[in-house]
Amino acid sequence: MRWNQVNYRRENISVWTCLLVMVISCNRSPERFGIGRPATQHEIDAVNISIAPDGKGLPPGTGHVAEGRALFIAKCAPCHGPTGTEVPQYRLVATPDDTTHTRAIGNYWPYATTLYDYIRRAMPFNAPGSLSNEEVYHLTAFLLYSNQLIDSNRVISARTLPGIVMPARKWYVNDDRRGGNEVR
Amino acid sequence: MKEDQIKRRTLLRAAAVTALGSLVPGLSARRMPEAAPEDPTKVPGTPVGKVGTRSPFEQPQKKASDISARSPLQDFYGIITPSDLHFERSHNGVPRIDPNRYELLIHGMVERPMVFTLKDLKRFPALSRIAFIECSGNFRSGKTNMTPQEICGLTSQSEWTGVMLSTLFREVGVSPKATWFLAEGSDAAVMTRSIPVRKGWEDAMIAYAQNGEAIRPEQGYPARLFLPGWEGNTNVKWIRRIELSDQPFMTREETSKYTETIKGGKIRQFSFDMDARSIITYPSYPQTVEKGWIEIRGLAWSGRGKISKVEVSTDAGKHWQAATLQEPVLDKAHTAFRYGWHWNGDTTEIMSRAVDDTGYTQPTLKQLTNARGTDMGGYHLNPVTAWVIQRDGTVLFKPEKFR
Repeated sequence: MRWNQVNYRRENISVWTCLLVMVISCNRSPERFGIGRPATQHEIDAVNISIAPDGKGLPPGTGHVAEGRALFIAKCAPCHGPTGTEVPQYRLVATPDDTTHTRAIGNYWPYATTLYDYIRRAMPFNAPGSLSNEEVYHLTAFLLYSNQLIDSNRVISARTLPGIVMPARKWYVNDDRRGGNEVR
Repeated sequence: MKEDQIKRRTLLRAAAVTALGSLVPGLSARRMPEAAPEDPTKVPGTPVGKVGTRSPFEQPQKKASDISARSPLQDFYGIITPSDLHFERSHNGVPRIDPNRYELLIHGMVERPMVFTLKDLKRFPALSRIAFIECSGNFRSGKTNMTPQEICGLTSQSEWTGVMLSTLFREVGVSPKATWFLAEGSDAAVMTRSIPVRKGWEDAMIAYAQNGEAIRPEQGYPARLFLPGWEGNTNVKWIRRIELSDQPFMTREETSKYTETIKGGKIRQFSFDMDARSIITYPSYPQTVEKGWIEIRGLAWSGRGKISKVEVSTDAGKHWQAATLQEPVLDKAHTAFRYGWHWNGDTTEIMSRAVDDTGYTQPTLKQLTNARGTDMGGYHLNPVTAWVIQRDGTVLFKPEKFR
């Protein structure tokens, strides 16, 4: 059987079309797709609330124990109890030498910056995100004081907070489980 | 007299079912007859509808507490968790998010900070993967009348579809110096976790679909981070922001929570991988069995790879036999197993242990306490779980003390 010239040409064209389509569509993956839009600095600043353990991200402001105590009684005590010790599952206060299984700030939290970050992000539970930066500093100061980690006159700020050494920090180790024939 | 009582009870029950029908959405819309007709071939059936419903004779349910809801593992067939029965854990409720206003911001140590809408995310190559997600705080014990759901129902499996995070990483040009990234949710807890960048390049996904449809609100609608094999909490739901960094952020969820005490007063952090585990889901409490042939069934999974073997013991751990693994046996996925057993009617204990392809064998609770001490924390507990089969055919969980 011989190919008719016209048919052959037609065949030829469709073969090339096929190859062309394959080149375009066959799992080609560019380095970038050009999808999405650039974020403006303003946009980033509006949502970037993260705080690193070295204090990066902490806003201006100062926190005082006395102001923190008043705020705590008003906004936190309903769940955590007036001194942060009364409700076992929401316990916040324990001294570093507390050997009970309580996981509170003074005997379990490894970084002081986490306090600021978490209160600002998620508390109070019934009105998250409602506290001002200054109020968060006050509460942070009060909780550090309640856990006997600072004196009552210590002022908490972006400069002082990262320097507070948390007693439990030294107990933290990275996960060393690796699978395989060993239980860790 | 007795007949009257029965009638009244039946009527009351019927009234209750009707009341339930008006409370539970979907039930009232296409209510099935309360009782099946004597002969279904002699009456026209329910007309076709827009959304399918479960048979009213089947009522699998999540078991909810204030903060989580557990999957009814004992009611499942195969390896896919029906989306409405996927376990839930949230830190301040399920947010309602408008997909048209949803945006994911990626910034920090990147060449080009960028914003992606949901529509943008869906334009990228879409990949699907069947894998489990398990909460690392997934072991309850303490009493004999506990179901698989109550013991370890914080694990579920779906087919997840989305864009690989590595694709987005290339799009924004992640700095080679970035070692961690923060994943932040847009729930009322603005929940955050620090994740090593290598996981982002390896197999992380921004998932927007689950079992063939848009991801459920309880699972992170409209988009979540999906990290195959890693503890549930790191799979940040309702994800709104990813920030590349050269250090972990030490958020509350990776310090005061999701860390565990181990031997020597130490506290283990960044315990991401879920170790291999299995549980027999049939027979289990509160089911009952009869003398003779019983097909023991269950689920096994590992966050480190594939299940290579499941062994079953029917004599309280003295002897172990290999169970049959049901295909497909997938990487980091619930795998169904079964084992044919002839029960002679004597009281005994049955249990299963999973082995994964790293050679890890699911430990006993005693092995775990030996390794981590009796003060070990409640996360990442994956002990062999035993059921006691009593002479009368009742099945009870065998709780073991460890604290």
